[in-house]
Amino acid sequence: MQTTSDEVLIARIAGGDRLAMQVLFARHHVRVYRFVLRLVRNEATAEDLISDVFLDIWRQAGKFEGRSAVSTWMLGIARFKALSALRRKPEQELDEETAKRIEDEADDPETALAKKDKGALLRECLKALSAEHREVVDLVYYHEKSVEEVAGIVGIPEATVKTRMFYARKKLSELLKERGIDRGWP
Amino acid sequence: MNTVEKETQSEIEALLPWHAAGTLSRADARRVEEALAADPELARRYALVLDEFGETIHLNETLGAPSAHAMEKLFAKIDAEPARRPAVSLNLGGRIAEFFAGLSPRTLAYAGTAAAIAILLQAGIIATVMMKEVKTGGYETASAPTNPPPGEGAFTLIRFAPQATQDDVTKFLEANKFSVASGPLAGGLYKVRVSAANLPKSDLGAIVKKLQGEKIVNFVATTE
Repeated sequence: MQTTSDEVLIARIAGGDRLAMQVLFARHHVRVYRFVLRLVRNEATAEDLISDVFLDIWRQAGKFEGRSAVSTWMLGIARFKALSALRRKPEQELDEETAKRIEDEADDPETALAKKDKGALLRECLKALSAEHREVVDLVYYHEKSVEEVAGIVGIPEATVKTRMFYARKKLSELLKERGIDRGWP
Repeated sequence: MNTVEKETQSEIEALLPWHAAGTLSRADARRVEEALAADPELARRYALVLDEFGETIHLNETLGAPSAHAMEKLFAKIDAEPARRPAVSLNLGGRIAEFFAGLSPRTLAYAGTAAAIAILLQAGIIATVMMKEVKTGGYETASAPTNPPPGEGAFTLIRFAPQATQDDVTKFLEANKFSVASGPLAGGLYKVRVSAANLPKSDLGAIVKKLQGEKIVNFVATTE
């Protein structure tokens, strides 16, 4: 039901309807923001990218062919913007940012709690996955995308989606093991 | 186990994350269900997938949202765009979309508001019916109401099987003396009170384990 509504909104946006753009933005911007934030790991950058993503939707609405759900199409645009932003950032800046993040996490009360709470430990490990692994885990579990949809967003074959998810989960087990939790898998 | 069986098992195991998220086709979901029922080791691994699923939702839901300036920035950029010439579309989908696009913004706004109100009403009715039926189904003394104050008790996050009817859910809640505390949340989850009193983690874990065996329950995890 919602997919049809999104398609109608896209058709209206293609005709230059600003109200339709507001409705589409209100409906999807939080999820798109969270997807981008998990990739770029910087709130200000993620917020800037959101307006770029929706500006692209405004510009390209007339080219949308309805081959995928609108939300899948939007996440594909968001991913492209996030990866482009990451490529633009100097490597040194990224390293410093990563180091800062690790230091911050060390002081985070949640990290201290994680030593006792398995759920918090698992969340900590989910944050520590590589960008490639984080995106597939988020797309499958949080954005509820099928194998086919993930393949479309990331631009890889469906078999590779399954393999990547397997290795992401395997890495999660390794990270948990380093923190003292043996899941007995793989 | 022969080579073919091993290949089938690893193929089914690769589908577990999508089974947890409810995004498999019916045929694949049936294959996974059958394999889970027949293979205790696969069922144990599925429990790990469910943990990951629950914690990924938890993690994303705590990420916050962009500020109100995000929309302002977007429309400032849109204002700076050159005026648009509507594209001509000849396919059926395009013509249907064009019809809707022909409606005035006011009509669209009314339709959107009406749809939102209908969804809210429906959610409210379902939640009210579920909570009311649970309340009237249990024993209640004149002096001590059975419903504990909000926030007290032990809770789980539950997603019911897609084929479960409202009647099935009501009966399930009554039979177990559970009540819905809130929902539906992201991913079709409901926060369900499984005990009026706070429970030790081990007891709550045992309840979750028991519920994982219920056909009506598609996903269950502990929550605060």
